Amino acid sequence: MKKKLLSVMLCITLTASMLVGCSGKPSSNGTTDTTPTKPAETNTDNGSGDAGSADPYATDGTYAIIVKSAGNPYNKKESDGYKQVIEAQGGTCVIQEPESATAEDQITCINNVVSQGVDAIAIAANDTDALEPALKQAMDQGIHVMSLDSAVNANSREVFVNQAGTREIAQTLMDAILDISGGEGNWAILSAASTATNQNAWIDGMKEVMQDSKYSKLNLIGVYYGDDQYQASVDQTAAILTDDPNVKVICAPTTVGIMAAAKVLQDEGLTGKVKLTGLGLPSEMADYIGADDAHSCPYMYLWNPIQLGNLAAYVSIGLVNGVITGAAGETFTVPDTTLGDNGSYTIKEAADGGTEIILGAPFAFTPENIAEWSAVY
Amino acid sequence: MEKKSLWKTITGSREASLVIVLIILCVFIASRNSAFLTPGSIEGLFKNYAVNFVLTCGMMLVLIIGGIDISIGSTLAFSGMTASLVLRDFPETSVPVAFLISIAVGTVCGLLIGAVVAYAKVPPIICTLGAMSVYRGLAYLIAKNEWVSASEFSKAYKAFAQSRYLGFGIINNLVVIVIILIVVFYIVMKWTPIGRKVYAVGSNAEAALVSGIKVTKVKLACYTILGALAGLSGAMFTSLYASSQGNMGEGIEMDVIAACVVGGVSLNGGRGSVIGVFLGTLIISIIGKGLPMIGVSQFWQKAIKGLIILLAVIINVLVQRQMDKAALKRREI
Amino acid sequence: MAGKSGRTIIAEEKFSLKKLLVRWETFLVIIFILVNIMNSNISDKYLSVPGLFNATNSFLSIAFLTLPMCFVLLIGEIDISVGAQVALSAVLLGISFNAGVPMWLAVIIALAVGVLCGFLNGIIAIKFTELNPMIITLGTQILFRGIAEMILKDQSTGGFTSVKWFSNLYWGKIGGVVPVMFVIFVICAVIFGVVMHKSTFGRRMYAVGSNKLAAKYSGINVPGMRLTIYTLTGLFCGVCAVFASSQMGSARPNVGAGYELDAIGMCVLGGVLTDGGKGNFIGAMISVFLLGLLKYGLGLVNVSSNIMLVVKGALLIFAVMIPHLNLGRFFKKKAVKTA
Repeated sequence: MKKKLLSVMLCITLTASMLVGCSGKPSSNGTTDTTPTKPAETNTDNGSGDAGSADPYATDGTYAIIVKSAGNPYNKKESDGYKQVIEAQGGTCVIQEPESATAEDQITCINNVVSQGVDAIAIAANDTDALEPALKQAMDQGIHVMSLDSAVNANSREVFVNQAGTREIAQTLMDAILDISGGEGNWAILSAASTATNQNAWIDGMKEVMQDSKYSKLNLIGVYYGDDQYQASVDQTAAILTDDPNVKVICAPTTVGIMAAAKVLQDEGLTGKVKLTGLGLPSEMADYIGADDAHSCPYMYLWNPIQLGNLAAYVSIGLVNGVITGAAGETFTVPDTTLGDNGSYTIKEAADGGTEIILGAPFAFTPENIAEWSAVY
Repeated sequence: MEKKSLWKTITGSREASLVIVLIILCVFIASRNSAFLTPGSIEGLFKNYAVNFVLTCGMMLVLIIGGIDISIGSTLAFSGMTASLVLRDFPETSVPVAFLISIAVGTVCGLLIGAVVAYAKVPPIICTLGAMSVYRGLAYLIAKNEWVSASEFSKAYKAFAQSRYLGFGIINNLVVIVIILIVVFYIVMKWTPIGRKVYAVGSNAEAALVSGIKVTKVKLACYTILGALAGLSGAMFTSLYASSQGNMGEGIEMDVIAACVVGGVSLNGGRGSVIGVFLGTLIISIIGKGLPMIGVSQFWQKAIKGLIILLAVIINVLVQRQMDKAALKRREI
Repeated sequence: MAGKSGRTIIAEEKFSLKKLLVRWETFLVIIFILVNIMNSNISDKYLSVPGLFNATNSFLSIAFLTLPMCFVLLIGEIDISVGAQVALSAVLLGISFNAGVPMWLAVIIALAVGVLCGFLNGIIAIKFTELNPMIITLGTQILFRGIAEMILKDQSTGGFTSVKWFSNLYWGKIGGVVPVMFVIFVICAVIFGVVMHKSTFGRRMYAVGSNKLAAKYSGINVPGMRLTIYTLTGLFCGVCAVFASSQMGSARPNVGAGYELDAIGMCVLGGVLTDGGKGNFIGAMISVFLLGLLKYGLGLVNVSSNIMLVVKGALLIFAVMIPHLNLGRFFKKKAVKTA
């Protein structure tokens, strides 16, 4: 009885699938024939698009952004910023969020957007090298590839939109540590995962900056890894405090780490004794920033992830429209004058051999402006 | 040979071997870092791992009935996130209400799992594997990929995990919750018919059924209790860290199961004690907190943790064998 | 007497189970077809041969783990250390390659590391039979990944793309269409399928999975079988590591995080349940493609990964729940009949 019913059902679904398959296929063929429309690309291929008659950043293409992972407001702001500009310029934006912050999941996302026939991919990489083969394949199919926030290696991108120069961040953070510590004393770094590309680059940069005699009285007691997880970061902060009770400054160049460290310092009542700085989201850190001894963090830095997304969007369109090619030395001006120097940017050589565009200097969040910014992001 | 004689000296119980492991660990860490065994550090340990203690109590129940639940991390995140969002959008929500919301969400999550496992007879690992992604996805979805940050929580909620008003000014609130739970679980599991029913279902479900125990109801209850405790943990977690993120509690299930197993709970069901579980959790927490304190390189900690877990369960087996042998000998005499 | 009745029960069960499994697979095929109908309707880019082959590539490297996992589950055990074994193998492949070892040798080293890891699991499992395999592999999972982290610290090891043939293992396509990995997977899958259903070893696995004690008394070398299967799992972790390294051109200690749950999920959806002694290899293979293509289809229309998580989990629960409900009723009827 049941078997009969099942076989009937099977037959029905089979015929249904055949019907759908038949009706679906021609239509899909029809659309795929018409979709590869990249007229805008060839229109303004003559380089410097400033003088062009129409808006060089107008587009009707499809642009994909692949963020590091789902469930993180920073990533969300980044993709929001990207989408905002793409849609304002007339394009279609595709956002892909990997389930977890791994290279494997991002490769799946790359595959998804390549199959959709996008014109450009902007990616915030979870791993510098692991995406190279996948992105190269995308580039072979004529898709423009750029990275933002966290770079892929020089072979697998046309240009990298850097939130702030690595060297610049390292210098800024070292100066902050020097200032907060009063010029001397022990300090520690609380980083994200030990494999985090950005954090490792910044930490290496800081170690380089430290060679200057100005910082000779500062003593780095160690780098601790909180894996960008709250509980682990709390444990690591506690470990810093027990390893060296005289530690004066903790520098956490990661949004989760700095929150965890701030929380520990406040709970332990050490806000007057141990100070904190680093990179953090203003909305998450609003409670902990203040000039007095009741707050652990006098000031910290970050860039605007929305603007980072905005700039990345203009750069993507620029690559597709041929306004820029991603070579070092090129200059371009985006319509949004709040970005960079009245909207103008220069593409520079990056330390890894590729090219990069730097969004701007890291922005300091102080007790004075934190209330204003914590409402924004 | 020497080893064997050493095992023989541990004749009391498996808990005794855990205490010895614990003492060795503590002495070793304390000898390297004198700050480890200070009252402040110990309170910090219990406070930061309060969530693990709460979860292991529930996990013990589920393991004793021969089940398993790997979705607790996701349940924690989902319920904690729900409570946090309520706190964010209705700042006047009081602390007990927030906790109750979280517990309620967790209870429903656990009830669903229990129903699927007990009535639809889906193997628990599969059901909770599915539930793990469902609840995690829901945690992200209700939060719309945002976090709830410290400034969005009410002052009272943030202060709860840092104050001692439940513990008469001596013991931290979270630690008080842990103590109450452990005492209740100890009494229930040891001296009440409910506890005996749980063990009966785990040792031999068919025999339990024949002897009139409603096996499906016991199973349902165990998963629901674990869900409720995961909900409680969600509130404790967000209160402790004054932050709520969709990925919180990721991977905590493995720590919790490891703690139970180290504490002598058998994954085959029917065996496990509250004291053992308590000691197991303590060992896992001490590894987590202690290794960074004695300057073990970050990159070695995972390997050492894995090794300790393996050794602990193997020692457990060896002790059990010794105990069985001794028992057999006594019987022969 | 006990032996006799035991044997007859097994024989009868096998017969009825077979019927059941036929139904279970038809059920899977129906879902598979429905998923494909849905996918081709929601995205007009779904039904394209190169697109689909690219999609299969992105989940087939994990699918290599489902092959031995079917065996592990069939004998009623579980191995949650596979992801960590993949990481350790991949890291050692990278380390040895960058130390100047030729790539072919590095690949062999990776496979050997996998075999060694699996062997360790197996040895612990047969020496300490009291321990549930879940506990053992939970411990070794942390241990193996820990060793990978000890070796590589915060670094990654790369440059594999310079070896063309290695890169082609994942990215190469025969005739520009069929991926090399797909072909290798199909070959491996056929071998595993034949072993599981047509060989003595396969029949013995079913016996061990249904009743270990009975199998032991009927002369099956249970420890030997367990050791073999765990080691085989290790070998295929090595294979997965090789493909993953080829896919990413580099290796890191965090490769393969969560692979174990994906692999187990695929097997279970395919009807190879964790109770042991039940399951059909074809079902597992259908579910590999079912889950992979479902994810691809939803990804094509940019469904948020959060929703995908919920869909994936719910599908797993419901798919296992529905036949289980039938199973309960079926067995009850059977019991009444025989009584």
